[in-house]
Amino acid sequence: MTALVVVSGGIRESSSTRLLADQIEAAVRVELARANSPAATSVIELRPLGRAVMDAMLSGLVSTDLAAAFQLLAEADGLIAVTPAFNASFSGLFKSFFDVLPEEALSGMPVLIAATGGTERHSLVLEHALRPMFSYLHAVVSPTGVYAATTDFGSQAGLTDRISKAASDFSRLLQACGPRKRRDVFAEEVGEMTRLLASTEQGNAYGPSDPAG
Amino acid sequence: MSGMQFGVFTVGDVTTDPTTGRTPSEAERIKATVRIALKAEEIGLDVFATGEHHNPPFVPSSPTTLLGYIAARTERLILSTSTTLITTNDPVKIAEDFSVLQHLSDGRVDLMLGRGNTGPVYPWFGQDIRAAVPLTVEHYTLLRRLWREEVVDWEGEYRTPLHGFTLAPRPLNGIAPFVWHGSIRTPEIAELAAHFGDGFFANHIFWPPSHTRRLVQLYRQRFEHYGHGSADQAIVGLGGQVFMRRNSQDAVREFRPYFDHAPVYGNGPPLEEFTAQTPLTVGSPQEVIDRTLSFREYAGDYQRQLFLIDHAGLPVKTVLEQLDLLGEEVVPVLRKEFQIGRPDHVPDPPTHESLVAGQQR
Repeated sequence: MTALVVVSGGIRESSSTRLLADQIEAAVRVELARANSPAATSVIELRPLGRAVMDAMLSGLVSTDLAAAFQLLAEADGLIAVTPAFNASFSGLFKSFFDVLPEEALSGMPVLIAATGGTERHSLVLEHALRPMFSYLHAVVSPTGVYAATTDFGSQAGLTDRISKAASDFSRLLQACGPRKRRDVFAEEVGEMTRLLASTEQGNAYGPSDPAG
Repeated sequence: MSGMQFGVFTVGDVTTDPTTGRTPSEAERIKATVRIALKAEEIGLDVFATGEHHNPPFVPSSPTTLLGYIAARTERLILSTSTTLITTNDPVKIAEDFSVLQHLSDGRVDLMLGRGNTGPVYPWFGQDIRAAVPLTVEHYTLLRRLWREEVVDWEGEYRTPLHGFTLAPRPLNGIAPFVWHGSIRTPEIAELAAHFGDGFFANHIFWPPSHTRRLVQLYRQRFEHYGHGSADQAIVGLGGQVFMRRNSQDAVREFRPYFDHAPVYGNGPPLEEFTAQTPLTVGSPQEVIDRTLSFREYAGDYQRQLFLIDHAGLPVKTVLEQLDLLGEEVVPVLRKEFQIGRPDHVPDPPTHESLVAGQQR
């Protein structure tokens, strides 16, 4: 079973961003089923988390709902991330969510990137904003993203084909990567300190310090 | 003194009082800090700890100067820090400063080490924040040797080598001040404290209890692993943050503008959410008692409880009233209640006297 998470940064109800996210998710699920690897999907809508995201940024305090969203991502094998294009980039809320996400949460995560916008002239937002950010976060970004302009929702043929192509690529990436190794940053940090303390004592030519005090 | 220690810790911020628009001068803030410390002794608290910062709007850049002055005007109070920066201070200077303070105060001193999280302080003091962890380990292992070995020969990565160096003055009675390691977030610090059998202080005040539980549990397990005693004998301290009035609603009404404009969490989550999710308690003395006693449920029987009461622009008069309530109504009850059911093998907090006695045994 592949654990998929959809992050949807749509602001309105109903949002075209969520609509695109759902279509991509359905296409990915079909591809995975075809490959005998059924998927279970959880959706993280960012709008209801908006205040919590900002509180976490300002005060470091993570609300219960936001912590639950972080946990879903920590346990995911793949991420479908969809944002509206605002001012030639992702929305501030979308970026802020990933800014407060714990470090290394996306490390090694296969990600399908997608965006919506008023006009197709903004489609490179995928390549200039989303892809670099997820690369920086050590995610494995699928080569094919999906951009949907408002007019695309009136001429489904082209969009559906692009979604199928992106879903097919993402499905192959998910299968190649397999179940994601969960990282335990807490344990990693402890281990790092244990090694550092051991090497400091070994490497001290002028006599070890006395751990018993 | 037996049983738990109670005290206050200060960040040392100069913050405008949001209810009056008045900002104290640096001189007023420093003098107010002294009044708070003297009052802490007067009302029967055990510990006063000061932060260390090297940038405005904070005033305590020279903690042992402040603590030395307070030492001269107190008899009983233990003087401590929250925290002393082990990364950007020279360990030789830390050893010297605290040795002198130990002699002046007749041993009424311990210290809490921390890394510091203000980025530019590292380069200002010639260090690199990216090396904060190995820097902490190197500086601290050197600090231990300076206090414990007569003549130190040492070479490391981050400091000029020492050959034939003897710390002067030697620690009082040959006993180093007790060291706590303070942590807001990082498990590495719990591991460091456990390794050396030092105290572990969880800042506690910005995080939900689940986080503090995990850090303290890790420290206790590793303390046992390194052979310093059983997990429940590890030396644990916790932060806390309170604002009290006799009547709970009065406390909330009076504290809210300070909370809403506080530099750390102001303009963030509402007061109600913050008090629900963190140890911050705004209410009656009884509410503070109940909340504080609940810390034991996830931290185990512990040794030191410090409260933050003097930040966010609260006027000194209000802070002194908080201390009155702590001294008269809260701490006496906490002392009694925390003793109930506390196993005999759980140690008292280490003091200079207990460490000297331990050495003679």
